Formats: sequence, structure tokens, C-alpha cells
Amino acid sequence: MEKPNLEYIEKLSRGNESIRNELINVIKTEFPNELKKYHISAKNIDFKQIEDNVHRIKHKFSILGLETSYETANNFEKSLREHRLDNAQKEYFENVLEVISEFLKTI
Amino acid sequence: MNCIIVDDEKMARVIIKTLCKSIKSLNLVQEFSSAIDAIKYLNENQIDLIFLDIHMPGFSGLDFIKTLKNPPKIIFTTADPQFAIEAFEYDFIVDYLLKPIELPRFIKAIKKAEKLSLSQDKFDIKINNSTDNDFYVNIDRRLIKIDLPTIYLIEAKGDYINIKTDEKNYVVHSTLKKIEGKLPDSLFLKVHRSYIINVKKIIDIEDNSVLIKKDVIPVSRSNRPELMKRLDLL
Repeated sequence: MEKPNLEYIEKLSRGNESIRNELINVIKTEFPNELKKYHISAKNIDFKQIEDNVHRIKHKFSILGLETSYETANNFEKSLREHRLDNAQKEYFENVLEVISEFLKTI
Repeated sequence: MNCIIVDDEKMARVIIKTLCKSIKSLNLVQEFSSAIDAIKYLNENQIDLIFLDIHMPGFSGLDFIKTLKNPPKIIFTTADPQFAIEAFEYDFIVDYLLKPIELPRFIKAIKKAEKLSLSQDKFDIKINNSTDNDFYVNIDRRLIKIDLPTIYLIEAKGDYINIKTDEKNYVVHSTLKKIEGKLPDSLFLKVHRSYIINVKKIIDIEDNSVLIKKDVIPVSRSNRPELMKRLDLL
């Protein structure tokens, strides 16, 4: 599985340490909340809520340079929109969430 | 340009805020996590540009734009490419940025918005007939009255016209054809495809040209008979 990176954040902050820190702080604060909301919606099998949460979280995938994971999240979101819960897609998505959670502990 | 951000995701708002800081002409005045709050704000405040997310819970960006009575320019900032076609059905949609937004692409979108501002707002002509002796042009969102007798020349300049008066010149986004219909025949005459003159201001006439103030204006062969008819010849 691909590894998260801070390339986009570095590029955006253009060497400005305070912007870099702000971006990292926001992702570190926002991601765990989104993760929690995702798991609640997944537990309730609320397709609309899961879709909304996947949509919001997948932006973090792209920010962290997870291009393949972003594409799989797109497919997962599309399945949810059609009220299909694809277990393989769900499992992959949740694995990426774990990888990100671990990565955020290191930055 | 005064702008606002409407996006339910904080990270997205912080990114756009960061991008806005890179552009001097942008003044970010407010950010909203909810489209409803943004609508309330827009009911009481005028802004030039909205960075708008499409996929928001409860009230989407597309729902949002349908509520706007007098929409400013809008740049969609979204992770959903599938709405692009629908989005561009609206004249006020300037661009459609896919997340994560990179600075060069953001700059390109702002340039498009600025270009649109120039053509629609800054130089837009809105001629309102108030009396027979004047009309108003909209320059920089100010309606400026121009007394018709003070105009001595109107010249076409690409997509603009230059209205020359005794006092000053006004460059407005319009065409000679559009303004020609607003001018009284008793004073004005189109003497060339690029020029309308005030016949009362003519100083002298040569074969194929007239002198008005310090401007020598060509007279096309087809318009010369009408010009001669208008003059009080001894």
C-alpha cells in the first residue's frame, strides 16, 4: 500500500513554517473526527452518511499524496451512492484510514 | 476582489485561505462551513467572488447557487468532476477547481475571474435614457452622467468604445452600434465604421475627413452625402 507524504503541504506552504504547521494541525485535528463519524455511519449502514464521510475523507487522501487510494475511495463513494456496500472497497478504505492514523502520529 | 469561502471541510477552507494569501488582489472577508450561513451573509453583504464546494451535507453548492438572486462570480472547489457540465450552465461560474488545488491552477482561475470583472463590471456600459440631453455609463460600478452636447467623438476600440467629451474621455465596454441607437440624430452622425461624431463640433471638412477638436476623423464615401446634408451650407 502507498505511503502518505507531505509533498502537497510542503508545496502549498512554500517554506512558510507557520502555514505548514497550521495545515498539519488542521489535518491532525479534523481527521480523527471524520474517522469517528465514518465508523458510526458504517456501523449504522447509513449509505448517505457513509458516502458523505467518504467524500470528505478522500480529500485528505489526495492531500497526503495517496493517489491510488483516492481513486479507490472514489469508486467506494460511487458504490455507496448506488446503495451498494462493496466489502472489498470498504476494507481497502478502512486500511488506508489506519495507515493515515499512524502517519499522523509521526508528524 | 472581496471573496468568501463556502466549504464544510476545515482543511479545504484553510487551503483556499492559504492560496488566497498568495494573490494580492484577493481580499478574503469571510469563510463558512455551512451554505445556509453563507446565504444569510450574502443577503446583507456584497462580495465579488465565492469559492464554493459542491458536495456539502444537507445543502449542496448547486442548491446554494439557485438561491442567489444576484450571484457574484463563483469558482467551484470540489473533488467531484461529474458536476462540471451542470456547473458551467451558469454564466457566473468562472471556473471549476478540482481538489487538491495547486497554486498555478488557482492563479489561472483568479485571472479568469479578474478578466470577467473587467469586461462585466469595470467597463460595462449601461446606458439609461434619463433625458434627451444625457445618458449614464457604468464605470467601476458608478453610474456617471454624460451630457450629450459635450461629446464630440465616439470611437470604436475593439470591444470598447472611447467616448470623448470636452471634459474627459470614458472607455466603456460597448459597441458603436449599441450606442448609436441611444444618440439623437440631430447631433450625432456615424461618419465611418469606427467613428460617430457630433456634427455641431466640426471645425472643418476636407474631402474625406473632418476635423473635430484636434482629431482628424476619416469620412467614408458612403457616409459623406449624409454629412453634407446635415451642414448649414451658405
